[in-house]
Amino acid sequence: MTIHSDPYAESRETTEGRVYSVTGGDWDSLATEIGATKEERVVVNMGPQHPSTHGVLRIILELEGETVTEVRCGIGYLHTGIEKNTEYRSWTQGVTFVTRMDYLAPIFNETAYCLSVEKLLGITDDIPERASVIRVLMMELNRISSHMVALGTGALELGALSPMIFAFRDRELVLDLFEQISGLRMNMAYIRPGGVAQDIPAGSIKKIRETVDQLRINFKDNEKLLVGNTIWMKRTQNIGYLDLAGCTTLGITGPVLRSTGLPWDLRKTQPYCGYENYDFDVITTDSADVYGRFLIRMKELEQSLRIVEQACDKLEKLEGQPVMVADKKIAWPSQLSVGADGMGNSLAHIREIMGESMESLIHHFKLVTEGFRVPAGQAYVAVESPRGETGVHVVSDGGTRPYRVHFREPSFNNLQSTSAMCEGSMIADVIGAIASIDPVMGGVDR
Amino acid sequence: MSEDKGSFGVHGTGDTSGYSGLVRTQVSPGSSERPFGGYFDDVADDLERAFPAFSEAIEKIVVDRGELTLYVKRTHLFDTAMALRNTETLRFEMCMGVNGVHYPEESGRELHAVYALLSLTHNRRIRLEVAVPDSDPHIPSLVEVWGGINWHERETYDMFGIIFDGHPGLTRILMPDDWQGHPQRKDYPLGGIPIEYKGATTPPPSERRSYR
Repeated sequence: MTIHSDPYAESRETTEGRVYSVTGGDWDSLATEIGATKEERVVVNMGPQHPSTHGVLRIILELEGETVTEVRCGIGYLHTGIEKNTEYRSWTQGVTFVTRMDYLAPIFNETAYCLSVEKLLGITDDIPERASVIRVLMMELNRISSHMVALGTGALELGALSPMIFAFRDRELVLDLFEQISGLRMNMAYIRPGGVAQDIPAGSIKKIRETVDQLRINFKDNEKLLVGNTIWMKRTQNIGYLDLAGCTTLGITGPVLRSTGLPWDLRKTQPYCGYENYDFDVITTDSADVYGRFLIRMKELEQSLRIVEQACDKLEKLEGQPVMVADKKIAWPSQLSVGADGMGNSLAHIREIMGESMESLIHHFKLVTEGFRVPAGQAYVAVESPRGETGVHVVSDGGTRPYRVHFREPSFNNLQSTSAMCEGSMIADVIGAIASIDPVMGGVDR
Repeated sequence: MSEDKGSFGVHGTGDTSGYSGLVRTQVSPGSSERPFGGYFDDVADDLERAFPAFSEAIEKIVVDRGELTLYVKRTHLFDTAMALRNTETLRFEMCMGVNGVHYPEESGRELHAVYALLSLTHNRRIRLEVAVPDSDPHIPSLVEVWGGINWHERETYDMFGIIFDGHPGLTRILMPDDWQGHPQRKDYPLGGIPIEYKGATTPPPSERRSYR
């Protein structure tokens, strides 16, 4: 046994061969030592703590030289039992849990969950139009902020630093809008069964329009940097190839599916929240590679801006309309408002229940502590999240709490395609392929 | 499906509402009769034509809240899935995953596996449901039919203990490999500890007073 001197690459003998723990620094001594051995098959454990794996994802790579022969993903490091926890809270409280699953697309989790609860309640058609338009507005803003992270970190992981700076600068503008509307930048619990938590504050439409104009200008920066950039194209073209047959058998949806040329977007094919009333295009490419998926995300930003503008037009026409279902046995009893310390009960409501009407107080108390009952049965609702189909399967036994809530997370499903995309390619391309799937580990592990 | 007692559904403490004798039974939607409406009749007809053992394989058909659920016997699940995928008029080429539900009260059918199918060709969705007893939780794996169901079956095994026979590597996926028990079962406790804050103690969620 040779004594290894490199403090960054210590080694020990195990029953399965020699194991090196590489923690950074210089790989030269490690490469020299491995080169000296007769071993041809090297297993590299990338992650779960690794800056290029998009969170706590562990990738187990079998290498021959620099060629990847086998890839497996190890997941579960961020499992927090969200689905189990929702079974111990009221239906409304469930929103606060599910928003934390895919933390880059919280509004989509909330909307999918609320649509499924509304389907169980049978009130899908009773949701006020203004609430649906606000949902669409928030979802499309969220799609922009989520794609910004996908583009920014994806480029960063392939060694391009500037796109990340631009992407996060633009994402910040969208998060400011979220803060103005819901009081929070992420995990807002803003979409509620029956509508939304509160109407958008006065002056928001003007600010949204200003931001949209600014974003249109800002998006050009990344476009100029990356689209048609030779280095970027060499790193992404013909990498992470997955054709239509591969996508259907693996259940892949979202930009990865659309990069095969199939215009499958639930907003068009199975519209919800009134998406059929908006004018937008489904973006596809036919290269089925990382570059194609990058282009799709780039162009979807512009489509989202178009929908946001149309939603603003609609909201101006629907000024003063309700944002919560009329049924007082389901609707959250108080209108909330954003105060100095975040979102809370509006002062008018506090005055009513504490000083004026005892019945209002009882009603408030019953709905908030006990919640509403949902008729027994099950429902499956799917929405088009930035990563693909976010499906929610909810089961009710007729009680005030969900009997079972299951999220069909696109990140969880799409991560399965890592092996199909990466086996046979170079190790450096694994990073690009995974970045193009854009998995969010909060969603994968739930 | 379950029973609510009393006015507030309080259990553990005395019910002083005067409605303690009230009993409400919650019933899940039962079997549906034709016509099912929409494309559901076409799906049932086409499957019946393409799949000879239809009447034997399908326990019941439920149409509820605009969704079609086929309750399939596990012995026929694989063939049903193949027929649903391969028949030209059906073409459910995508399976969006499988999910378990635990019904401890349904003796002999405690564990349900629920499959969400999607047809890109015809833009349709249906659901398959398979029920198995807790004492014999075996269901044939559908990885050969839809490769993407691989991780979903592993998750369902991890969370509910349903064993998918023929799965290429049925191991835990979210919980650690040496974990005991299956967390999403109803008899598995949520856990948690009491939290003290400013002198008051809040019990863990599963031990708080609840209104069912």
